[in-house]
Amino acid sequence: MTQAIVELKSVGKHFKSADGTARSVLEGVDFALHEGEIVALLGQSGSGKSTMLRIMAGLLQADSGQVLYRGMPLYGTARGIRMVFQSFALFPWLTVQKNVELGLEAQGMPAEERALRAEKVIDLIGLSGFEGALPRELSGGMRQRVGIARALVMEPEVLLMDEAFSALDVLTGERLREEILELWQSGQIPTKAILVVSHNIEEAVMMADRVLIFASDPGRVRAELPISLPQPRKAASPEVRALIDKVYELMTAGSSRKGLISEKEVKLQLGDRLPQADISHMEGILELLAEEPFSGRADLPQLAEETELTDAELLQVLNALILLGFAYLTDGDILLTVLGGEYVAANNAERQEIFGKQLLEHVPLVAYICHGLQQDRSGDLPEDLFLKLLRFTLNEEEAERALRVAIEWGRYGDLFEYNFNTGVIQLPKDDQPDD
Amino acid sequence: MLKKRQFFPRQVVEAGGNRWDWALLPIVLALFVLLAYGSQQMVRPYQVGQTLPLSLEPYYLPYYLLRTTLRMFIALGASVVFSCVFAALTTKFRVAEKVLVPLLDILQSIPILGFLSITVTAFIALFPGNLLGVEFAAIFAIFTSQAWNMAFSAYQGFRTVPAELSEAAAVFQLSGWQRFWRLELPFAMPGLLWNMMMSMSGGWFFVVASEAISVSGQNIKLPGIGSYIAMAIEQQNLGAIGWAILTMLVGILMYDQLFFRPLLAWADKFRYEETGGDTAQESWLLTWLRRTDRTQQLVEMFGGLLERSIAMFRLQHDGTSIRARPQQSSLAPQRIWDAVIAAVVFYALWELGHFISTEVGWSEVLHVGVLGVYTLLRVILLLALAALIWVPVGVWIGMNPRWASRTQAVAQFLAAFPANLMFPVAVVLIVRFHLNPDIWLSPLMILGTQWYLLFNVIAGASTVPTELRHAAQNFGLTGWLKWRRYLLPAIFPSFVTGAITATGGSWNASIVAEYVSWGPTTLQAHGLGSYIAEMTAAGDFPRIALGIGVMCIFVMSFNHFVWRRLYRMAESRLHF
Repeated sequence: MTQAIVELKSVGKHFKSADGTARSVLEGVDFALHEGEIVALLGQSGSGKSTMLRIMAGLLQADSGQVLYRGMPLYGTARGIRMVFQSFALFPWLTVQKNVELGLEAQGMPAEERALRAEKVIDLIGLSGFEGALPRELSGGMRQRVGIARALVMEPEVLLMDEAFSALDVLTGERLREEILELWQSGQIPTKAILVVSHNIEEAVMMADRVLIFASDPGRVRAELPISLPQPRKAASPEVRALIDKVYELMTAGSSRKGLISEKEVKLQLGDRLPQADISHMEGILELLAEEPFSGRADLPQLAEETELTDAELLQVLNALILLGFAYLTDGDILLTVLGGEYVAANNAERQEIFGKQLLEHVPLVAYICHGLQQDRSGDLPEDLFLKLLRFTLNEEEAERALRVAIEWGRYGDLFEYNFNTGVIQLPKDDQPDD
Repeated sequence: MLKKRQFFPRQVVEAGGNRWDWALLPIVLALFVLLAYGSQQMVRPYQVGQTLPLSLEPYYLPYYLLRTTLRMFIALGASVVFSCVFAALTTKFRVAEKVLVPLLDILQSIPILGFLSITVTAFIALFPGNLLGVEFAAIFAIFTSQAWNMAFSAYQGFRTVPAELSEAAAVFQLSGWQRFWRLELPFAMPGLLWNMMMSMSGGWFFVVASEAISVSGQNIKLPGIGSYIAMAIEQQNLGAIGWAILTMLVGILMYDQLFFRPLLAWADKFRYEETGGDTAQESWLLTWLRRTDRTQQLVEMFGGLLERSIAMFRLQHDGTSIRARPQQSSLAPQRIWDAVIAAVVFYALWELGHFISTEVGWSEVLHVGVLGVYTLLRVILLLALAALIWVPVGVWIGMNPRWASRTQAVAQFLAAFPANLMFPVAVVLIVRFHLNPDIWLSPLMILGTQWYLLFNVIAGASTVPTELRHAAQNFGLTGWLKWRRYLLPAIFPSFVTGAITATGGSWNASIVAEYVSWGPTTLQAHGLGSYIAEMTAAGDFPRIALGIGVMCIFVMSFNHFVWRRLYRMAESRLHF
C-alpha cells in the first residue's frame, strides 16, 4: 500500500469556450494510486472523472500540474497502463484471438508466443472456444470479456476501467465484476492496482479499497472514503448498505456549487448546465415519494432500488426536483415539499401550470427565453441565439444539452413552443404579445 | 494451424490439398497466361502516327475485352493506392488537409476528357517509340474517372474512425503503420469498396473516350472495346455495336462474379455496426477460394508479410520516454502556410481574369454560363422525370420482399452498364424521324444514372420498419395522404443519396450525351456538355479550360446549395 505507481500532482485540464477563455474541466487534482489497491472514482456526469482517467492513461495531456508514472513524467500511453472501455472498443474485423493479441502484435512479438500468451488469458477469463469468433457474434458480456482479456494479456501494472460494466445488463455486470475480483484476490493476474470509474455506487463500494468522490464545475476531488471491509463483500450485508448510504450522503452533501444536488440551496445562474432529467421520471419519482412506504421521505439507496434507475439518472432527476422546489434533502434523505405534495395531487393541466411557474422562478435560462420572446415583436426567436450565449460558459455539447432540457421543460410548462424543423422558439399560439 | 486442422474431415487433412485445388489449377494457369499476354502487348514498339491494327470481326472481341479490362484494373489499382495515400496524408497532416481536400473537390468535377486532352502529349513523350506512353495516357484517363470518389470515401472513413477505437489503438500503442492496417483501412473498407464498384461503372462509361484518343490533334485507337465501338460508330456498323454490347455484358458479369462479389463478401467483416442487420453478401467464388488449401496458403503468405511489416514498424518508445513528449505547437508556421495559400489564390484569380480577357473574352464567358443553365435545366427536369417514374416503382418493389433482392441486383447491374452504347441507336432514331436534338438527346444523360435512383429507393423502401407499415394500414392511410405522410418521408434519405449520385453522373454524361456522332452525322444539343466536347475535338485549350471551369462551378454550387442541405435534413430528422 505504500509505493505510488501513478501520481497526479495538482493536475488541471481546460477547454476553450466560445469567447476564447479557458474553462476548466479539472482543477488541482492530487491523487496517488498505490500498489495493491482498487480505487473507485464516483461523481455526477460532467465532473471530469473520465477526463482524469484518460490523463492517467496517457490519452490526454494535463494542461497544468504533473503526471508521474513510477516517478517519471508521463507524456503518452505507457506499457504498464492499459484500459478497458465502456463500449468495449473491440475491432469488429478481428477475431477474438486477434483482438486479444492486438497489443502484443503492436510490440512486434512473434506469432507463436502471442498465441501462447493469448490462450492463457482467454482460458483465464472464460473465453475458450470463442477464439475464432468475430465480436459481433458475441453477447455484450462476452464482448467485455474480450476487452478485459485484451488489457490483461499485456500484464499491465495498472488496469483502468472506464465504466466497464455500465453497458451490460445488471446480472452480467455483477457476474463479470465478481470474476475480476476473484482474479485479483487470487493473484492470478500480475496487475498491481486497479482504477475504476463508475456511475454505480454499489459497484464502487463492492469493489474498491478507496472511493474518491468528485465534485463538478470544475472537477476536483471532494471527498475520499476508505473501505476496509474484507472481500468478498455481500451486497445485502448491513455494513455494505451503510457504506452505500454514506456515499449517497457524501455525493449529495457538502460544499457543492450551482446546478448540483446538495442540501444547501444554491441559486442557478443563466449560463449553468441543467440537470438531465426526463419529465416522466420526475413525475414518477414525485408520485413514488408521496405514496407508501415512503410517504414523503425516502432513503436514497432505497429509492434507487425502487425506481430501477441508474445512480447517475436518479441523481439528475433529484437534482431537478430540488431545483424546482418540489423536494429537498436532509441527512442523505429526500423529502417532498408542500408544493411537491400539491403537484402530485393536481390534475394534468394544473401540474403543467405549477411546473411553468416554478421554471420561471428557478431556472434563469427558461425565464430569459420567455423574457426574450415577450420583448420580441414577432414572438419567436431562433435557438442559435441562446446556444451562442450558453457557449460562453459551457462547451459545445453541454450548451446543446442545456438548451434541449430548457426547451423540453419550457414546452411542458406551456411557456413556449419549439419548431424542430426551423429551430425557432416561439410563444404559445394563444398568448401572442400583439393580440 | 495444426489445431484448426483437427476440425476438418480426415481425407481433406491427409491428402494435402483437396479437390477444390484441382479444379482451380487450370483456371489460375489460364489467368496467368492471359495476363502475361495482355501486358506483353502493352509494351510493343510504336511510333506516333502509326495506325494500330484493329478489326471489327467479333472474333477479336475477347482479346479486346482482355486489353480493356487490364487497363481498367491497373487504373483501379492505382486509384486504390492513391486513395489510401490521400486519406493517410490528409488525416495526419492539417496542412495537407487544407489544400488537398478542396483540390479533390475540384478535380472531381472536372470531366475526364479535360484530363486526357492535357496529358496525352506528355505521356507519349515520356516513352518515345513505345506503345506504353499511349497506354499510360489511356490508363490515366480511366484513373481520373475512378479515383476521386474513392479517395473521398477513404478520407471520410479515416476521419470518422470512432473515438473509442482510436483510444484503444493508442492505449495498446499501435504505431502509425499499425493503425493504418489494423484500424483505419479496415474501417474505411466498406465505403471504399462500394465506391470502387461505382468507379468501375464510371470507367466503362468513358471507355470510348479514353481508348480512341482523338484530342489535341492525336488520332490513336488502342486495341480495346472502346476503340472497337469508336470504329463501329465511324463505319456505321450497327451489328458490331451489338457485338460490343454483348461482350461488355459478359465482361461486366465476369468482373462482378469473379472480382466484386467475392470482395464484397469478404469485406462483410469490416462492417462496423455491431449488430448485423443487413444480410451478408454471398459469393460462390469466395466460398470456393476459402475451401481451397493452396489459395489459403497464398493468403497466409501475404498475411505473414503484412504481419512482419507490422512487427517491424512498431512504436519504438514508451509514454515515459522523452520522445513521447508533445511538441509545443506554435501558430507561426500555420499562419505562414495560410498566407501562402491566400497569396497563391489571389495570384491565380489575377491570372484567371487576365487569361479570360485576353484569350476568350467576357462575352464568351457569359455565353458558356448560359449554356451551363441549359444543361442544369436538363439535369433537373430529367431527374424529376426519372423520380416520377422510379419512385413509385421502387417503393412497390421494395415493399414486396420477394421482388426486392432480385430487382435490386438487376438495377445495380444496369447502373454498371455503360449507357452510351445505346447512343448510336438514339442518333439513328432522331435522324430518321427528324426530331429536335435539343429535346431528344437529353434523355441520354440520365439513361445510365437513373438506376442509382431506382435501387436506392428500393433499398429505402425495403427498410421501412414493419410496425410503421402496419400502423399505416391500421389508420387506413390511402391515396395522396399515404404518400405525403408515410411513404415519401420514409424513403427520402435513400432518395437523396440516389439523386446525388444520379445528378453527378448526369453532369459528367452531358459531355458525351449532348454531342453524339454516328458515322458522318454529328448531333448536337445546346449545352455546356456539347460545348466542352466540341472544343475538345477542336483542341481549343482556352475554351476547354473555360468550359470545364464553368461546369465545375455549376456542379460544386449545386452540390453545396441543394444536395448538402437536403442531405443534412434527411440525416437530422427523416430516419428511423
